[in-house]
Amino acid sequence: MSDTHAETDVATTRLAFVRNDFLKSEAPPVREGGLGHWLKVNLFATPKDTILTILMALFLAWILPPLLNWAFFSAVWDGSNREACLGEGRGACWAFVDAKFAQFMYGRYPIDERWRVDLTAILLIVSLVPLAIPSVPYKKFNAIFLLVVFPIIAFILLTGQFGLRPVRTDLWGGLLVTLVVAIVGIVVSLPLGVLLALGRRSHLPFVKYASIVFIEFWRGVPLITILFMSSVMLPLFLPDGVTFDKLLRALVGVAFFASAYMAEVIRGGLQAIPKGQYEAADAMGLSYWQKMRLIILPQALTMVIPGIVNTFIGLFKDTSLVLIIGIFDLLGIVQLNFADPNWAAPQTAITGFAFAALVYFVFCFGMSKYSLYMERRLDTSHR
Amino acid sequence: MTIATIDSSASQPARASLFYDPVIRGVVFQVLLALFIIYLVYSGVTNAANNLARAGIATGFGFLNNRAGFDIGQSLIPYTANSTYRQAFFVGLTNTIFVAAIGIFFATILGFIVGIARLSKNFLVRKVAEVYVETLRNIPLLLQLLFWYKAVLSALPAPRGSIEMFNSSVFLNNRGLIMPHYLAEAGASIFYASIAIGIAVAVVIARWAKKRQMATGQIFPTIRVALGLIIGVPLVVLFVLGVPFTAEYPELSGFNFSGGTTIRPEFMALLLGLSLYTAAFIAEIVRAGILAVSKGQTEAAFSLGLRPNTTMRLVIIPQALRVIIPPLTSQYLNLTKNSSLAIAVGYPDLVSVFSGTVANQTGQAVEVISITMIVYLTLSLLTSAFMNWFNSRVALVER
Repeated sequence: MSDTHAETDVATTRLAFVRNDFLKSEAPPVREGGLGHWLKVNLFATPKDTILTILMALFLAWILPPLLNWAFFSAVWDGSNREACLGEGRGACWAFVDAKFAQFMYGRYPIDERWRVDLTAILLIVSLVPLAIPSVPYKKFNAIFLLVVFPIIAFILLTGQFGLRPVRTDLWGGLLVTLVVAIVGIVVSLPLGVLLALGRRSHLPFVKYASIVFIEFWRGVPLITILFMSSVMLPLFLPDGVTFDKLLRALVGVAFFASAYMAEVIRGGLQAIPKGQYEAADAMGLSYWQKMRLIILPQALTMVIPGIVNTFIGLFKDTSLVLIIGIFDLLGIVQLNFADPNWAAPQTAITGFAFAALVYFVFCFGMSKYSLYMERRLDTSHR
Repeated sequence: MTIATIDSSASQPARASLFYDPVIRGVVFQVLLALFIIYLVYSGVTNAANNLARAGIATGFGFLNNRAGFDIGQSLIPYTANSTYRQAFFVGLTNTIFVAAIGIFFATILGFIVGIARLSKNFLVRKVAEVYVETLRNIPLLLQLLFWYKAVLSALPAPRGSIEMFNSSVFLNNRGLIMPHYLAEAGASIFYASIAIGIAVAVVIARWAKKRQMATGQIFPTIRVALGLIIGVPLVVLFVLGVPFTAEYPELSGFNFSGGTTIRPEFMALLLGLSLYTAAFIAEIVRAGILAVSKGQTEAAFSLGLRPNTTMRLVIIPQALRVIIPPLTSQYLNLTKNSSLAIAVGYPDLVSVFSGTVANQTGQAVEVISITMIVYLTLSLLTSAFMNWFNSRVALVER
């Protein structure tokens, strides 16, 4: 290096700021790694940070020990009635959850027939898990099974057809109802949402305004008024003698509500597709539906996966609202059991809510983490 | 295929049959859709008319002038059991707007704090904020409301064993939060006036300071001066006047408190649930908004010698707001709509008073639920119109 310089430019070598000889190498800084460094950067970087850290530590010291004590150390795990959970200083009454667990899962579904619910759940898991793992093959058949075959089997099993003992839907309850409402909502709202989103961007004025009115109406009112409408008003609009099930009416309301939200999410994706993609599809001579199915929707849907999953999560949480029109979903049945005199204790309600919260949390948090994983996987952009 | 394409491009394009004409197809499709919708509406209306006639339920909005005959626990406007359904409607409406407005206020403040905390360099602060967000937004709001109402607030002691705060002037028990009630005396109007004057002067000074900074670059400590004017001056006036308020302290008489102001547990549960839940969503929106501001902006500000706080206030937040405001609007709308869950904890909001009690009493579900839905649609449209206006004020003006 210095040789070439010396050869090409003599003036450089005379300059005082150009070093001619090597420095001795120094030892690397000690404080750039290890626990001490981490603590310094993350907790005690500035005086303000130190104060914040101390405040937060005090807050955690105030909130965590009682919380852990309540949930684990002084919690009651065994017991056959309220006696176990009474008394000073007792924590969570997990014995209550244990005793009522079957009800929380199935509601009042006849005990002899609960294998049908279990079978449905197993079928769901068996068809959903491989679909969710990207490396498993036969995605197409898997999806067809999950979206077409499974709902039919589930319907037959749960309601009781073809010789199975019929089980009225007012006996359904617990997590079963929560999942039925959520899954039906998800399965219906996705295609309906796509249609509405396409409708809203259509060039046909009537289609466009019909879609806009539909979307804005369902989005503008609270879900609870929709559930009221479906439970009180819908029967009025049907011809005399035609009745349909209360759960089904709630399902219709929930599905339309979710579709409107889904439509707006998908519209966002459609808007983000560059015009060139549409033009290229037109130039290829594709028909409208070919263009949408092969070019536009795959890109648009991939782009809005986070939004779609958010809608799913919202829908899953919103299913709890059906308890207000007297359908006993998970939250409804947990709450119903507080009234059981066998288990009336100061800790019963709070433990029941904690259990329900945990179940909802597992589902919703799981969905959001899976969506983050898919988002990273499908991210084709090179930033 | 290729040959055919070349052939057709050489000659005149072949005329497609009417069946394939996009214009004709569009018209036919729309007419079919229109007929379908008309059929649905028509059959729905005739069925409803028949069903209502058979059940002997009156139709129309005449019922609004009838005597309601039920009591409402909490009302911002005068209301008794002798009032009409119309007045009951307004009680529910004002209660909805009241809880939504206060909820939006608290959710916004908490959401901004948590959102910024999630970006903190301090590990503990960041993690606590993250746990808060992940927990609260993955649990249904209804569950949270019921939790606050049934597991926390009703588990509080009875009035006799109230939790006492602030030198035994504020009490918390299962009947609510009971605080002293302050009655204005002569001279109170001077105090009110001093607040108004303080705000007005602060606005004038802020404008002048901004103009001066634009012209000369000199910075004026606007926030500190404004706080002094809005809080400090009224406080001084308050003590100069010798505190022109008499406090009416709550007192335990028999099994309950008398005197003072009570914030009822229904309202507290609804407000706690709505604000804490919505704040988790607002926090995420704020975080995303701040992350959306490119790092170059921060670096540019630092290289100009701005301090981190100033950079945040003058460079990052104004740009982040553009990203934040549209989804924030949706959260405000959600909060307003979610306040309808009041029915689960017994707070008399519009849905609980009107779609609940009134619909049950009159049987006129169609009218009652339609009115409720129209109110929410109107609220939604008004909020989004306001936020769109605000958005257009802060939106990037590209030159």
